[in-house]
Amino acid sequence: MSGFKILNGNQTIAEAARQIDPDVVAAYPITPSTAIVETIAQFRADGLISGEFVCPESEHSAMSVCIGAASAGGRVMTATSSQGLALMWEMLYIAAGLRLPIVAAIANRALSAPINIHGDHSDTMGARDSGWIQVYSENCQEAYDNFIQAFRIGEHPDVLTPVLVGLDGFIISHSSEVVQIEDDAAVKKFIGEFKPPYPLLDTSRKFTVGSIDFTDYYFEHKRSQIEGIENSPRVIAEVGREFGRTFGRSYGFFEEYRMDDAELAIVVMSSAAGTGKDAVDELRNEGLQIGLLKPRIFRPFPHEQIGEALKKTKAVAVLDRSSAPGAFGAPLFTEIRSALYDYDKRPKMVNYVYGLGGRDIRIEHFKDVAKKLETIAATGKVDEMLGYLNLRE
Amino acid sequence: MKKETWKELPIGTVNIQAGNSISNRTGTWRSGRKPQFIEEHCIQCFFCWLYCPHFAIRVEGGKVTGFNYDYCTGCGLCAEECPTKIKSIVMVKEETELAEGRKK
Repeated sequence: MSGFKILNGNQTIAEAARQIDPDVVAAYPITPSTAIVETIAQFRADGLISGEFVCPESEHSAMSVCIGAASAGGRVMTATSSQGLALMWEMLYIAAGLRLPIVAAIANRALSAPINIHGDHSDTMGARDSGWIQVYSENCQEAYDNFIQAFRIGEHPDVLTPVLVGLDGFIISHSSEVVQIEDDAAVKKFIGEFKPPYPLLDTSRKFTVGSIDFTDYYFEHKRSQIEGIENSPRVIAEVGREFGRTFGRSYGFFEEYRMDDAELAIVVMSSAAGTGKDAVDELRNEGLQIGLLKPRIFRPFPHEQIGEALKKTKAVAVLDRSSAPGAFGAPLFTEIRSALYDYDKRPKMVNYVYGLGGRDIRIEHFKDVAKKLETIAATGKVDEMLGYLNLRE
Repeated sequence: MKKETWKELPIGTVNIQAGNSISNRTGTWRSGRKPQFIEEHCIQCFFCWLYCPHFAIRVEGGKVTGFNYDYCTGCGLCAEECPTKIKSIVMVKEETELAEGRKK
């Protein structure tokens, strides 16, 4: 039966995993995603799931087990955070290169040094070119919904690409919310059966997976890999619509909040978008024509759609919860700035890094950004392209 | 041999031509030295056959008879592992004439 439950982000992922019941879950616990792994292990011990649960000695091994299990033809998932995802790094590329639709829940957390267990996007942003599809969630409900959709997206025959679903560490992973948990059978029906094209357990066909390529084939195989993620926007859109038809909550590449007549826009992903929407409401009451755009899909980057959504604005602030030292702005900013390059008329843009290591971002910080945007829109000048929010200067 | 375009390849690096490494002549990697077989010292222990990473030890009629130079990389493991007091396999300069009369 579909119904409401009070669950935190980690529990919603575990609940989705229970309903999906993957063939193999291989994971190594790390704060703040530990409870995902722990709850799934409990489900296994209680006989609520039938898939294998493997707890190897590291995240590198966890992803390696996922790769082996997915190559065998299984539906596979894992969960991790921060250093755990960093330790998986070389295996992430292999999962993508072998076109294995593994699904990973990532409770986003800062990377060392200095060591910090709180939420930011440094971990998944570090994996942004690993070939994985990246989906970000604003709250527990979105984490649950995104995680279910991730299997459908990744396992689509035209896509066959691993998918990671981000939920902000602690802010979402450990905050309880009222979440609509759908009927077990309805979730199972929605994700359907996974039909791997080359399962190694199919002994009736002879083939090799993961053998060496020299200069003669590597380039062609990498180009072939790119095709999977490039096919995914159509599937992501279809699955988001079908999810809406089935469960009443539709999803696209991003969410636009009060953007219709917006002259100023703030772009922000994940949990901070919730605060941002409250700030937009207050600023609208104060007479400012401001809106918010919340990207949901970061890979593949929906550059055309975001470009269309922002081209009519005068000034845009992109808020990044990670830094890219030495780069021309943080990751989300560089993508969006590039997406607007081809428009003759385009907004002025500014980038703010916020929330590193779980630093709070409150309504007043969004209002500071809005004030800056007003000045930029009025003068047409950006005096400082990259700034930092709520940082002691 | 015509090589496939990226669109013609199976996805995910899957190689549907099982065993096609035979077309990769690893002997072309060899530089400078190669093994030479000295049959009169050989005790047919098959250590060289066991250790050769490229299956380049030639066996005919149940006996080691030399090397398949199409696949021998000249690594020298066979000569190293050869247990006879007077070695039955020695590494020689590439241009040296082989015992079998082959030139490479």
